[in-house]
Amino acid sequence: MISLVDAQGYAKIIMTVVLVIILYGYILHLYRSEKKGERDYEKYGKMALDDDITSVPVEKNPNLPQKKEGEK
Amino acid sequence: MQSNAALEYDYTVAKLFTYTTILFGILGMTVGVLIAAQLAFPELNYLIGEYGTFSRLRPIHTDTVIFGFMLSGIWASYYYLSQRVLKVSMAESKFLMFIGKLHFWLYFVGALVAVISLLLGISSSKEYAEFEWPIDIVIVLVWVLWGVSMFGLIGIRREKSLYISMWYFVATFLGVAMLYLFNNMAIPTYFASGGIGSIMNSVSMYSGTNDALVQWWYGHNAVAFVFTVPIIAMIYYFLPKESGQAIYSYKLSLLSFWGLMFVYLWAGSHHLIYSTVPDWMQTMGSIFSIILILPSWGSAINMLLTMKGEWNQLTENPIIKLLVLASTFYMLSTIEGPIQSIKSVNAIAHFTDWIPGHVHDGVLGWVGFMTFAGLLHMAPRMFKREIYSKKLIELQFWLQTTGIVLYFTSMWIAGITQGMMWRAVDEYGNLMYSFIDTVAALHPYWVIRTLAGVLFLSGVFIFAYNMIKTITSSKELAQEPKNQSPMAA
Ligand code: HEM
Repeated sequence: MISLVDAQGYAKIIMTVVLVIILYGYILHLYRSEKKGERDYEKYGKMALDDDITSVPVEKNPNLPQKKEGEK
Repeated sequence: MQSNAALEYDYTVAKLFTYTTILFGILGMTVGVLIAAQLAFPELNYLIGEYGTFSRLRPIHTDTVIFGFMLSGIWASYYYLSQRVLKVSMAESKFLMFIGKLHFWLYFVGALVAVISLLLGISSSKEYAEFEWPIDIVIVLVWVLWGVSMFGLIGIRREKSLYISMWYFVATFLGVAMLYLFNNMAIPTYFASGGIGSIMNSVSMYSGTNDALVQWWYGHNAVAFVFTVPIIAMIYYFLPKESGQAIYSYKLSLLSFWGLMFVYLWAGSHHLIYSTVPDWMQTMGSIFSIILILPSWGSAINMLLTMKGEWNQLTENPIIKLLVLASTFYMLSTIEGPIQSIKSVNAIAHFTDWIPGHVHDGVLGWVGFMTFAGLLHMAPRMFKREIYSKKLIELQFWLQTTGIVLYFTSMWIAGITQGMMWRAVDEYGNLMYSFIDTVAALHPYWVIRTLAGVLFLSGVFIFAYNMIKTITSSKELAQEPKNQSPMAA
């Protein structure tokens, strides 16, 4: 029988490996979807530069109540 | 609201937090200089009876600079930049305005009560979690109000995606909420002892090694989620905006974010190397600390590369200077920390002055410079006046940079000397030095550290003066500056 402390250690190693795989998967996902032209992540950098209240959003929030748009 | 009145961002709450950043910065760092002087000259412990002793003042220093200066700076930046990157004004929601103001006032009153309680010696004795349970409850309320405020604003945003800074703010909110609640689980001794103890004084619900583990899981992640994550949120906004350059690689910023979240939570056990916690946990603490270099440097290098082709701004704009030095000091402390986590290095470094040395190249260089830069960037936009004096920023920058370098170099030498003297044995295996020998050897470095503190603190006073002049009497601006902040020579 392995002790509880050892079991925790093994559980942690397994979890780490799984998380590493997920993280690498995410890197692949980012670069792949940009290469295929599905997303352009770099355009989000503009959100900080062009940030007046009257600026056009990089991507409009579709869930915004209609009234608010009228107000603007 | 009048429908034809032009909509503007509302900086009421950001301004309030700006004032407390300055106030707590002066307060906390003045106490910092005093305790630094006390270590060099112990007579200074007896100036005002029990209230002036090192043991009372040290937690006042740490908690005031962390939860007063740093957190105020974080919230000032949050209330300023969240509106801008979400492209929605707080003025559009009366409810959010109310919550924002309540958030500030409850925080301010809570912080004052907290400082007074520490001065009176009311403390749970857990580092960075010294506040007793009634204050903890206020802190939880303040935190919940921030959450309502943040998620409320996100709910009415015009911009669909959240800018990377918002990710970091959300992570700060969630991270601290979890850590703080778990670490502060405590029972008043009155109930624990069946009526003999006190209502005010409480004991942790964890005991022994478990208590140490939970404490450092909290303690180290306080470093993660207060000293690092929200400060990255700030630099990801302020550096691009002030320099007019978009983040070098937005993808890298996303990656570093998840890397940081994934790794940081596991590094805390490096505070407990050679203690009674399970060996694998200590080893993992070391390993995760080393891996932590990657996401940390990922963010820092991303910031430095953002300046690509624009390095001339470093000489022209002192705010850029503060920002670039901030990321550089971030790199320094995120390489130094992992080195200290290696078991054999930790054997020398632990319990020595090298640790506060490490802490302060991070907090003074990274957090301090970032906070000053953020406030200076916001001031012309919030108060619609140009910055009072560029020369004063330059002066502040050089005084403080010299202070930081003196602080960490003196502590490096002191710490390593101390570590070596403690473990030195003669040919028969007897210890070569007694404790007081180390005190005598370290005295000069403690004097240098005090001097370093005086330099840094002078910079803080200059900064405060510059800010007050900017707010009250600087030249008014006709329109909001786009990038570089306007400043009088
Ligand atoms: C004028 C500037 C400052 C001076 C002179 C100063 C001085 C000191 C001193 C003397 C200590 C005690 C070290 C010991 O017990 O051996 C200390 C601890 C500490 N200070 Fe500062 N400090 C300054 C600014 C700051 C700032 C701005 C922050 C954070 C934003 C900060 C965070 C801390 C922390 C977290 C500790 C505890 C370190 C540990 O437990 O190892 N300090 N400081």
